[in-house]
Formats: sequence, structure tokens, C-alpha cells
Amino acid sequence: MASFSNFGNDLYTGARSVRIVGRQRLWYSISAILILISVVGPIMRGGFNFGIEFSGGSEFTVSSLAANADESIATATVEAIVPSVIPKVSKLGGTSIRVQTTQLTDVQTRDIRNALAADYNVGTDQVTASFIGATWGQDITSQAIRGLIVFLILAALVMTIYFRTWKMSVAAIVALLHDLIITAGIYGISGFEVTPGAVIGLLTILGYSLYDTVVVFDKVRENTRGSGRDLSRTFGQQVNLAVNQTLVRSINTSVVAALPVASILFIGAVVLGAGTLRDISLSLLIGIIVGTYSTIFLATPLYAQMRSSEPEIRKADKKVLAAQVKAAESVSA
Amino acid sequence: MSKSRPVNKAWKSLAWLLVLVAGLVAVNGAGVVFGGGSWTPKLALDLQGGTQIVLAPKLESGQSVTPEQLTQAVSIIRQRVDAAGVSESEINTQGANNIVVSIPGQPDDATLARIQASAKLEFRPVLVTSAPSSATVGADGVSTPAPTADPSLSTVPAVAPSNASDLNNITPALQAQFIAYDCAAESTAATNVAPTNLPLITCDLTNTAKFLLGPVEVSGSEISDATSSLVTTQSGASTGQWAVNIIFNDAGSSQFADVTTRLFGMKGAQNQFAIVLDGRVISAPSTNAVITDGKPQITGGFTQASAKVLADQLKYGALPIGFEVQSSDTISATLGSTQLANGILAGLIGLILVVVYSLIQYRVLGLVTVFSLGVAAVITYLLVTILSWREGYRLSLAGVAGLIVAIGITADSFIVYFERIRDELREGRGLESAVEAGWKRAIRTIIASDTVNFLAAVTLFILAIGNVRGFALTLGLTTLVDLVVVMLFTHPMLRILGQTKFFAGGNKWSGLDPTALGAVYRGRARFQTPAIAKGSKSAGSAKEAAKRQTIAERKAEASATAQDTKTASKGN
Repeated sequence: MASFSNFGNDLYTGARSVRIVGRQRLWYSISAILILISVVGPIMRGGFNFGIEFSGGSEFTVSSLAANADESIATATVEAIVPSVIPKVSKLGGTSIRVQTTQLTDVQTRDIRNALAADYNVGTDQVTASFIGATWGQDITSQAIRGLIVFLILAALVMTIYFRTWKMSVAAIVALLHDLIITAGIYGISGFEVTPGAVIGLLTILGYSLYDTVVVFDKVRENTRGSGRDLSRTFGQQVNLAVNQTLVRSINTSVVAALPVASILFIGAVVLGAGTLRDISLSLLIGIIVGTYSTIFLATPLYAQMRSSEPEIRKADKKVLAAQVKAAESVSA
Repeated sequence: MSKSRPVNKAWKSLAWLLVLVAGLVAVNGAGVVFGGGSWTPKLALDLQGGTQIVLAPKLESGQSVTPEQLTQAVSIIRQRVDAAGVSESEINTQGANNIVVSIPGQPDDATLARIQASAKLEFRPVLVTSAPSSATVGADGVSTPAPTADPSLSTVPAVAPSNASDLNNITPALQAQFIAYDCAAESTAATNVAPTNLPLITCDLTNTAKFLLGPVEVSGSEISDATSSLVTTQSGASTGQWAVNIIFNDAGSSQFADVTTRLFGMKGAQNQFAIVLDGRVISAPSTNAVITDGKPQITGGFTQASAKVLADQLKYGALPIGFEVQSSDTISATLGSTQLANGILAGLIGLILVVVYSLIQYRVLGLVTVFSLGVAAVITYLLVTILSWREGYRLSLAGVAGLIVAIGITADSFIVYFERIRDELREGRGLESAVEAGWKRAIRTIIASDTVNFLAAVTLFILAIGNVRGFALTLGLTTLVDLVVVMLFTHPMLRILGQTKFFAGGNKWSGLDPTALGAVYRGRARFQTPAIAKGSKSAGSAKEAAKRQTIAERKAEASATAQDTKTASKGN
């Protein structure tokens, strides 16, 4: 991996540089397209596929089955008892089957439970029946939105105090909202059910996205303030160097963060089937990738752009640019 | 001895870490030996199966539950379950009437009682009290049971009662019923539900007295808080006596002021007011003062425990409607154990991948990551186990996911730190000073970013419900553990390793090889000096390259004579 560490060296010294600040139009367009896809995509699919926790309904779980149990038996069983209901059948953890239906009466529930036990040839104690009211989803959603708003305000305050400029807060929070919208959108496009697990994953992105941005912004601050400042560079160039210097960190971190999540997703999707692990890890994986992207390509250029229009910085930049042109000419001379 | 000082500090930090881990082991060990602790954390419903309880409302005839009442009941029951130290519980409404409480494991009797005791709380004035039995003991010493109340007696007061304490509330029928009432017969079978505007006959919890109570004067929902504390004198000294403090909201304050104003002037039983929970009198204090500020204090014969019980009953007892358990069944654990096994498997695979990646990226330095993660894992495991013993925390699948995610966030602190050290090496510092300088910068970044993460965890923990809370707890916990580990393990380790020949000599495999990192200048090398082409290629190729490249870049941005620069720098 010598080449990777060379890459790191070059990024550090500036020998090699990815021009991130200065191509705002490109990055903003990419983000705008991604957001558009995230909004339109789920709508095209017919909206989010809400799980039973949000829509309410009855749920049966048949456990202790052989690994290759036939899922269609469950569909037939339910339809034989309540013809109007279209059950959703999914495998759980290899040896269990989950059957979800719309709201059923107590009698229907009892009949289906007994019939499922009989048809799958297991004891009735291996079939659990439950009904979920539609309030869980409403409860958790309203709480989550409240939590989101409170967190955004607190985080913005903390960052403003720590970085001593509200512009970093704004850039970081714009990037966070960008991440949340795209994560939710891609999750919706994947067609996975929106379950409490997915909501938890999305909420974790709150922390992760800002965490990632703070790490990079700390370097930006170091490069653009006080003794760390390089007077031969414009503000935008200083910011660009900072984001390049932390690029290796960003790549390593996102890989390290994504690896365990990807392994949960793999185990969740392949071995366990539908369930908490799969839903959490999918929304997390999307969020980690988008979060890393937005820190580098949205938050940082946005911050540079906001600051560059400040009169003081503009004045300094003008001087620096003039000096740079002159220096370049003297070299070429 | 400036050289050895950081190393001494490092050994000191490692010693503190050892003390910390040993302390956690000791605390948990004490728990295992003395107080129902365990070496493994308790698991939540989705990992080990659990109990589901369906609650149905107890209604007076002709009454129905509104969705608002049900929502309020759900949040009150949730508070109660949480107060019982049961986390990861889920409380949902079922249909239009019922509430489902999912509790991990087999709930203890106290928790069950607390959920079932979810009745309405009300304050009624006492009209009459007497012995709990309905029998009258004659002069001959033989007790004769009182006759049952004659149904033909009038149920309408002869004179309209002027207030809730007015004895005119007692109709002839009520009088007869009260005489015939036997607390022992009433027992726990049926709870008394009487309309709020009519008198109620009931007993206290221990069946030592029966009461005839006036209509409801203050509803329990007007209580905003209740606490237990030691009574203090005006000078602040403790009297050693326990008391229960109630704080009413505005409406409750004025209602309670009216009640105490009236009762204060009354004598005997009528001076008392009864606090009725679930149709039973839980306390019937007498009125010693007119309380206008809505902050009454109940004293007399409390122990610390009994004061807390009453305070909790007052605080969480204010359900708008009474509930009874309709069904309670235990969910099989088959699915749970499969989920747990696979969750652990996913974690292991993730961990191995992280270890392999760290070793590739950081070579031997990657081992520091591996051991740091190991230390973090041990501390987190101990904390989770202790929390599950002390606070009733239960590890759910969401919690396991939180822990696995934490691997990445924890490893990031090491990455930030290592990259900073590499940066310092590139600047031309020796390893020892690079470690110190890199640390100073890295720890700032780590603290700032961990603060944000911790803030997210705390916000979610306070505002979220159900299993989101368990997840937030693991997230916050691992963030703190991350800080501890990076300060007390990773940094000291690097200080010590920095002294070894392998690392300090910049071995190719150490991951901190200065030449591989492009550091060529020994001494202070800063970018602040203006760009002057020095020409000595062999000496500072990396830096020179930087200058040229940056010039090109600057030129491009200045969008003038870009062509010339390229030629020039090539020709140089």
C-alpha cells in the first residue's frame, strides 16, 4: 500500500490536489440531482413501504420450522380463513416465518393461529400472534422529529461556539439535511420496509454525519486561522488544502465505519432475512457513504464559498492572487 | 530527563486504565456475589423472548375511552415501566381500547403490580371512617353481621349538599351500604369505581379502616410532580422524618387551596382528605394548614421506602382511566437466540475486516488499533453488564447494532490520531515529538467530534422511546469509552512504542516510516516561506513538487498565463 501512503503524502504537501473548493457548481449539481432522485424515486415506487409498526395490523410468527419451509402454505392458510386479506409472508432467522396482515378480529386471529400450527405441523405454542396498533409509528416519528429539531439546534450552538463562526454550523447542518434526505430517499427506492430499525439507522446518521464534518472542519479551521495560516494561499486554497490533507483520513474512516455495517447488512439480508439488523444496517450504510461524500464535496466548498464573500477575506485573497500571478511569472521568466 | 518524562506519564496512564478496568470488574464482581448481578448482560425481548401484556380499560357503565385518553394512558404507563427500571419495553395501543406492554424476560411482581395498579388517582374528602368489618359487636361479646342494605332506601340526598364535605352527601341508602360494607369481603376482587361527582365507599390498602368519601375534589392528573425527602427545619437541619411532597399544577393548586381552606376548620374524620388510587385509599392525611401554593407535604410515620412508594404512586398514578390486565403471554425465545447468534457473527466479521484493513493501512501500528479496540470492547462489555444489573438495561438487537457501528467510530479516533502523527513526521519532526505534537492536535479534534456524537446520543436518549433509547444509550456509552481508551491506552502506547528502535528508527513495517511518508527535511519545515524555486532536487523533491504544483494551481485559478507556468515549471 505504499502507493496509498504516497498518495497521502502528496495530498498533504499539496503536490497532488483534488480541486474541491472552486468547483461548487459541479458538486451542488450532483447533490441537487441526488436529492431530486431521493424525492422522486420513492414517489415513483408508490411511496415508502411502511412496516406493520407504522400501518398497524396483525402479525403471526411461526417458529421451529425446517430450513426449507414453504412460505406459500402460510399465504394459502390465511386466505382460506379470511379471503379478503392479502398476507405478507417473509422468512425470519432461517427457521421462522412471519406473516403480516391487516387488522383482524380476535376470532380470525385465533383461527389463523391454529390453522398455521396445523398446516406447518408445529405446536400452537410455536405460533405467536400479535396485533400492532398504528400508534407506534406515529409515536416514534413525532418523537424522532422532535429529537431531530432539538439536536440540530444544540449541535449548531456547540459548533458555533467551538469553531467561533456560525458559517461552519450552517454548512455542516446543510450537509446533514442533505444526508438525511438522500439516505431516506435511497432507502425508499430500495423497497425495504420502513421499520423502527430503519428509523434508528437514520437517527444514527445524525451523529455520524456531523461527526465526520467536525473532523474535517477542525483541520480547515487549523489551516485558516492564526499561525497555521498560509499567507501565500487564498482562503479557498487554504480550505482546499485542508480537505485534501484529511482526505486519507476520510477514506480510511469511511471504510472502517462501513466495513462492520456492511457485514451486518450481509448477515442481515442473507442469513436472517427481514428484520431489525437488515433495516438498521442498510440505512446506516447509505448514510455513512453519503455522509462522507457531503462532508468533502458539500459542506467544505459551501463553507469556503460563504466565507470568501466576506469583504476582509476577499481583500486578502485579491492580494494573494496578485502575488501568485507575479510569483508564477517570475518563475517562468 | 525530558526524554523519559512522557514515558513515565504513559505508564501512569496505563496504570490508571488498569485501575479503571479492575474497578469495573470489582463492581460487577460484587454485584455477582452480593446482589443479583451477572457476568453477561441481560437481553431484551427480541433476543430472548419476553412477556406481552394486554391492558383493557376499566370503565364506569356508559363511559368510553377517547383516543386522547388512551394516548395519555400509554405515555403514563410507559413512564411507569421505565421508572421500574425496565428498558427496551414497548407500549402500543391495540385497537380502540387496549394497551399492550411488552416486557423483556419475566417481569418481577413489583413491575407487574406497578403496571396493573395503573388506575386513576383522586383526592376526596373523608366523611366517615370506621372499623373495616361490617359486624357489630354486642354487649354480650358476640358479633352480629350487619344486615345487607335495603335497596328501597332513598339514594337522593334529603338536603342538597353544599360542598363535598357536607354530610348531606350521605343518603340513607349510602348510610346502610356503608354499615354493611366489609373490607375483607371486598378484598382485591373488584375495585371500586364510582362516578367522580358521587360519594365512594372503600377501604385502605391494609383493610384496617373503611371510609365513606365525598365526591372528587382534585383529580390526580393535576399533580405535576411528587417526591419524597427528609423533612428539614427552617434552618435546613434534617429532622430525620420522611415526607412526601406534592406539587400541583395551577388548576390543582387552586382546587387544593379550596379543599384545605374548608377542611382545616373541620373536626374529626372530616378534617382528613383521602388520596384514592385504584379505588383504594392509599393515604388519608389530616389537614394541618391551609395550603395555597399548591405544594402540600405529607408527613407522619413514613420510612424512606414507604415515602418513595407513595411519591411514585402520586407521580405516576394520574391515569385518566383505570386499566386491568386482560391477557399476558410469554413470547418464545427461538427467534431471539437466532438473531443474537447472527448479530454476534456479523460483529465478528466486521471486526476482522476492520483489523485486516488497519493492518494493511498502518502495518504494525495497526496492531495498536486492534488492541485499543480490544480494550474498548472489554470496558464497554463491563459497562453494559453493570448497567443491565444496576439500571435494568437490556441489550436488544438495536443495541447490538449500535455496538457494531461503534467499532467504526472508535477506530476513527485512532485513524485521526495516526494521520496527525504522520502529518507531523512529514513536517520533519522526530517520532517522539511527532507523537506529542500530533496528539495535541488530534485530541482536540477527537473531543470536538465525540462531543457532537455524544450530543446526538443524549438528545435521542432523552427524547426517544422504546428501543431507540437502548440504541442511543449504547451509542453514548461507546463514545465515552472511545475517549477513555484513546487517552488512557492508545496515546500512552504510542509514547512507549515511540521509544522502541522499531518505531523510532522508522522501520518500513512500523507504519511510521518517515521516508515513506515523504519527510525529508529534518527540522522546522513550514510552508510559510514564499515560493522560491531552490532547484536542489535531491534535497526537497516532495516540497518542491508541492510548490510547483501549487503555483500551477494558483495560476489556473487566476486564469492567466497558465500555459507559461506549466512550461516554466517543467523547464526548471
